[in-house]
Formats: sequence, structure tokens, C-alpha cells
Amino acid sequence: MKLPPLEYACPTTLAEAVALLASRDGDAKAIAGGQSLMPMLAFRLATPSLLVDLRKLPDLREIKIAADGVGLGAMVRWRDIEKDARLASAHPLLKAAVAHVAHYQIRNRGTIGGSIAHADPAAEIPGIVVTCDADIAVSGKSGSRVIPAAAFFRGALTTALEAEEIITEIRLPLWPPRRRWGFQEFARRRGDFAMAAAALFYDEGADGKAVNAHVGIIGVGDRPRRLPDVEAVLNGCAIDEATIARAAEVASATVDAQEDIHASAPYRRALAGTMVERALRNARS
Amino acid sequence: MPTRFQVNGKPVSVDVEARTTLADCLRHHLRLTGTHVGCEHGVCGACTVIVDGEAVRSCLLLAAQAEGSSVVTIEGLSNDEALTPLQASFRRHHALQCGFCTPGMITTAHALLSEEPDCDADRVREVLSGNLCRCTGYIAIVEAVLDARAAYKKEDGR
Repeated sequence: MKLPPLEYACPTTLAEAVALLASRDGDAKAIAGGQSLMPMLAFRLATPSLLVDLRKLPDLREIKIAADGVGLGAMVRWRDIEKDARLASAHPLLKAAVAHVAHYQIRNRGTIGGSIAHADPAAEIPGIVVTCDADIAVSGKSGSRVIPAAAFFRGALTTALEAEEIITEIRLPLWPPRRRWGFQEFARRRGDFAMAAAALFYDEGADGKAVNAHVGIIGVGDRPRRLPDVEAVLNGCAIDEATIARAAEVASATVDAQEDIHASAPYRRALAGTMVERALRNARS
Repeated sequence: MPTRFQVNGKPVSVDVEARTTLADCLRHHLRLTGTHVGCEHGVCGACTVIVDGEAVRSCLLLAAQAEGSSVVTIEGLSNDEALTPLQASFRRHHALQCGFCTPGMITTAHALLSEEPDCDADRVREVLSGNLCRCTGYIAIVEAVLDARAAYKKEDGR
């Protein structure tokens, strides 16, 4: 339906944007690409009295590739990530996951900061930042702070972000060149939200066995989560068929699954195991 | 609120409510009814327009957010004299029936072919996965877009 009545502001500095967001007792909302917020407004699931457009804020659109990792400005769009050739080696897991985000037209406007602030449990990039232990830099009334991804997502559409805080940058730790990784997603139609997805990586020790395994599950529970029991299965082991089978079994057994109109909880648990299995096969080959 | 941008090469100035989407602004304020509104929440692709060279959903964009940008609608991709190569290809391949989704298909395909005139069938299918058509079954649409590639290799297809 038509959007609820609202006011609109388009500040040119971060301080001004924070002040506007703080001016309405939690009733103002930041809008970046708007590809999640506009549908929320159209369904009247969100009815803020003020939208604060972030499009004129400087310095939020850069992709920085540095010695300590990849920094993504909050207003970096899916399209920008797709088109950045450096990311193929600087962060191949991010690049692979972005290929699954929504559709062509939405990828031209949707932003990484917007997706993370929206926190849809089935969205790919919140899952990537959790899997990779990314840091999320935010600015608010009392200055800037950094929130670790693991502490950022608190439930479906619920985050640690205060009402007047704005995400400024997502910092992904350095990706070593020989790291093994896999990303697998199941959705009924291309571009749909995941019914389940697995994002994972591990490094190989001198003996060829897995170390530093990170396994993330997306779209199964109320937020993206790592699966420590599955990581324990992988660490110290050769990633052979027996290890993969065991990891898939533990993923299905330990994942926190929710039910909705798209799939039952047992189906999602089974799917999570299959996604982990396939992603591990990708990683190994 | 007063908002200025360009539509199909001409500067426009409108006074819209802040909540007005670009789709509604185009249709109701500028009377450019070629842009169709299907779902109003970013799923169907019927309202696709081209903003600063990129295909976007005009129902997921406030008119206010288009301030200063250059918008091309389906009206800007056609002329009174003859069918454009893309339109002719849609006609040749029977790539439309009721026509409701067609403006979104044409704007999306135009943006794609302008940027990637060498795209393959897989890429066309991937890009058009964001546009719903309830009549044709998509096969004819994919063929029409593929067949129009030649025109975009030579010039901009208009």
C-alpha cells in the first residue's frame, strides 16, 4: 500500500544526521538504499515520523583494502562489491555471498550498512559478518564505538544499534591467500531470501589439517550464528568424506531452527546440514 | 516538498509529499503512466526505471531521493516514428501478452544491454529473475532480449 505519512530530511554531515535521529525519541529512522525499509513502510510494519536520508553523508562509500583486512563503508552497494575486482582475492567469501543477494535492480541500490541494520535473519551479509568476526563501526550521540558482529544481532530485525546510531563501516579481518572457503544457499527462486545457507572457511596447518574453522548458518534461526560444535569437528581434522558427514550431522543436530510459512523447523535443520556438507565440499576442492 | 530532477532528458520540478514514491510521482504528478505499479513493495519489477544509468525499482525510492538525478522511463525508450530494436525484438518473439510487466522488462533489459551487450542467456535469466510476468513463461522474453543484443553492440539501442 502507500507509505505512511512521514517527514524527510537529507543531512550533509554525520553529526547532523545523528542529531536528527535523536530528535524524535526513537521515532526517526535512517534510510540508506531503502531496499528493506521501503517495503517495511509499504506494509506499514514501520511507521517512523521522520526519515533521515544518508545519501549525502561523505566518506561512507569507499571499499578499502588494507594490510589488516577489508573496510566497507556503510553506503557501499551490492553492485559496488560485485564490480570491485580486488575483492575476488581480498575477500572471496564476501563476493560469493553477494551474488545471492536479491535481484539486479535491488543490488543497484541496496547497501551493506542497510542490510546489517535491518537484520533480516535470512539475509546473506549479516551471516558473512558473523562468520568472519567482523567489526561494525557506528556513530551516535556519545561518539563512535565498534560492535563485534557476534554481539550485534539480537534477534529477527533486532540489533544492538541505538535509535540515534548510524553504521559507518564494516571491517572484515584479513583474508589469507590460501584459506579454504565455501558458500551454499538454498532458496526456491533465484534472488529470494535463503531458506538456509552456510558460509564457512578454515585454514590448513602444516600437516594439511583444518585449523581456525568458522562455520556460519543463515536463514535457519532468528539471527545468523556460528556453530561452535561443527567448528570443533573440523579443527584438527583432515576434511575428508568422514569429517564432512560428521560436520553435517552435528550442524543439523545443534542448529537453532525456526519455523515459518516457508519451511518447518525440522526441514530447516536438515537443510542446514546439507548446506554445510556442500559448502565443505566446495572448500575442499 | 519541492523536488527537481530530470526525466527523459527534460528537467522537471514537482511538489510532492515526502512519502511519495518515485513511481507515484512519475504516474500521478508527471502523468507518465507507462511506468506500471504492481506490488508496491519491490517484488514484481513492473515499476523499473533507469536512474543515472542503473535499473532500479521506482516503488522503493522516494521521489525526494531522486533529487538531482537523471531518470529514464519507458516513455524515454520509445518514439513515435518506429519501434526501437528492443521493442521490435519483443514484438518478433511474442515476448508480451497483457503487457503489464513489459515496461519493467524493457527498462531492465535496456539497462542490462547498454552495460553488457555481450551477456549470455544465463545472465539475462538472472537479471530478469527480478521481473515477474504471469503470461508468457519468460522463454520468449529471454529470446527477445538475446536477439536485441546486436543493436546494442552498434549503438545505444534507441
